[in-house]
Amino acid sequence: MPLGGMIFITIFIAVFGTALIFLARAIGGLAKRTSAAKMEIYECGIKETEKKDSKISVNFYLTAILFILFDIEIIYMYPWALNFKDFLKDGTGALVFTSMISFMVLFIFGLWWAVKSKALEWEK
Amino acid sequence: MGNSSLEIIINLAKTVVVFLMMVQAVPILVWLERRGSAFIQNRFGPNRVGPLGLVQLLADAAKFLNKEDFVPDKGNRLLFYAAPVFALIPAAVAYMAMPMSTPLKIGDSTFLIQGYEVNVGIVFILGISAMAVYTMLMAGFGSSSKFSLMGAMRASAQVISYELALGLAIVGVIMMYGTFNLTDMVLAQQGAFHFSGFGREFSLSFLPNWGIFYQPLGAVIFFAAAFAESNRLPFDLAEGEAELVAGFHTEYGGFKMLMFFIGEYGHMMIASGLMTTFYFGGYGIPGWTIAEVYQTGVSIFGSETGGSIFSSVMHFLSYNVKFAIFLWIFIHVRWTLPRFRYDQLMDLGWKTMLPWALFNTILTATVIFLASQYVI
Repeated sequence: MPLGGMIFITIFIAVFGTALIFLARAIGGLAKRTSAAKMEIYECGIKETEKKDSKISVNFYLTAILFILFDIEIIYMYPWALNFKDFLKDGTGALVFTSMISFMVLFIFGLWWAVKSKALEWEK
Repeated sequence: MGNSSLEIIINLAKTVVVFLMMVQAVPILVWLERRGSAFIQNRFGPNRVGPLGLVQLLADAAKFLNKEDFVPDKGNRLLFYAAPVFALIPAAVAYMAMPMSTPLKIGDSTFLIQGYEVNVGIVFILGISAMAVYTMLMAGFGSSSKFSLMGAMRASAQVISYELALGLAIVGVIMMYGTFNLTDMVLAQQGAFHFSGFGREFSLSFLPNWGIFYQPLGAVIFFAAAFAESNRLPFDLAEGEAELVAGFHTEYGGFKMLMFFIGEYGHMMIASGLMTTFYFGGYGIPGWTIAEVYQTGVSIFGSETGGSIFSSVMHFLSYNVKFAIFLWIFIHVRWTLPRFRYDQLMDLGWKTMLPWALFNTILTATVIFLASQYVI
């Protein structure tokens, strides 16, 4: 039962990391506010202009949506792959094999459609 | 976790030891990276602090501690501070599940040489280590700098794109061994190369029974995708300094920066460990089975405990040799190949590696199916 160890080490690392940050802060000290420009974000030396919610290319959103679609399809293959040899021993292998191949054909069709509709095109 | 409270405490202490092993491996890797790059580029690299410059990173850490703690005025303080702490967690928690040696049997107690055993090890490691995306997004949004934000968006889009090829490449491995358990997978790769199919037995005594000989295409795709997952060159578009200064950690410095480094090297270690476990026999020693190693240990030390300790130590060394070779490949590739352009990177992930990984899956399934149905 690894859950106890997992929770323990997660808490341990969180405490460890926080302690490191506080240690660095205690030794190095907070940044001294010698000028207003020092506390600005880095923009190659120009006065900062960008707002917090800058606009982001829609391609990132499309990539994320397509990732969710295809990742779920891939996760469906995991239990099939796990039990494939058992099915072959039971004699139901042909059915399981053909059904997963037809699922993969749908996967390929989806990928082909995503490529064709230019959802994955990036500015060159 | 164990039978008695002593065992529980030892098991919990073990997770801390594995975590500290990961953390202390980072200075060595950074040293190796700097000296290795110097070796490749025909210069010296750090060679002043300590023998061969080995203590350089301790000096660096001392300097990092003395840096003043900077938060940009416009930044979100909570996210800004939480990101480096969170960067440590996914890599370390995932690495705990990696089997590093045969179990240690002392008296009635058995101790696994890993943080903890997870029965669905593959899914666990992939799932937890993919959470590193949140670290980058937290750092990107927390600094509220446009370089950080763009770096974070690029890094997360890249990581999730290559997650697909990575996840699909190991479907073939799961099919071969029929298990999610990493220890079972290592045990299945013991002995000489042999498999049965098409109604007969095939065997080659001079080859070890490693996954690479069954899944060469899957191994190549997995390793290439692992580079992209850990944001290493040639896939480190997230921090291409000509375009984005330093990507999602532009605003970070000092110790917080060091913690991002530990996370990044942790992901390299996970990738190397998974390569070893899936394709190169895990902790197994080629040509020397686990039972033989144990027997040798028993005959040397004259007790079962001695044999068990001997077996654990030998397999731990074997695992670490393979592991170090893959870490070196990571470093060597970084200083050999130039960086891609971003659209090339996404095209490679979606239009080249994903179809090839799918092809590998279909090929593996077809061969396994035909081998069980037909006799040559």
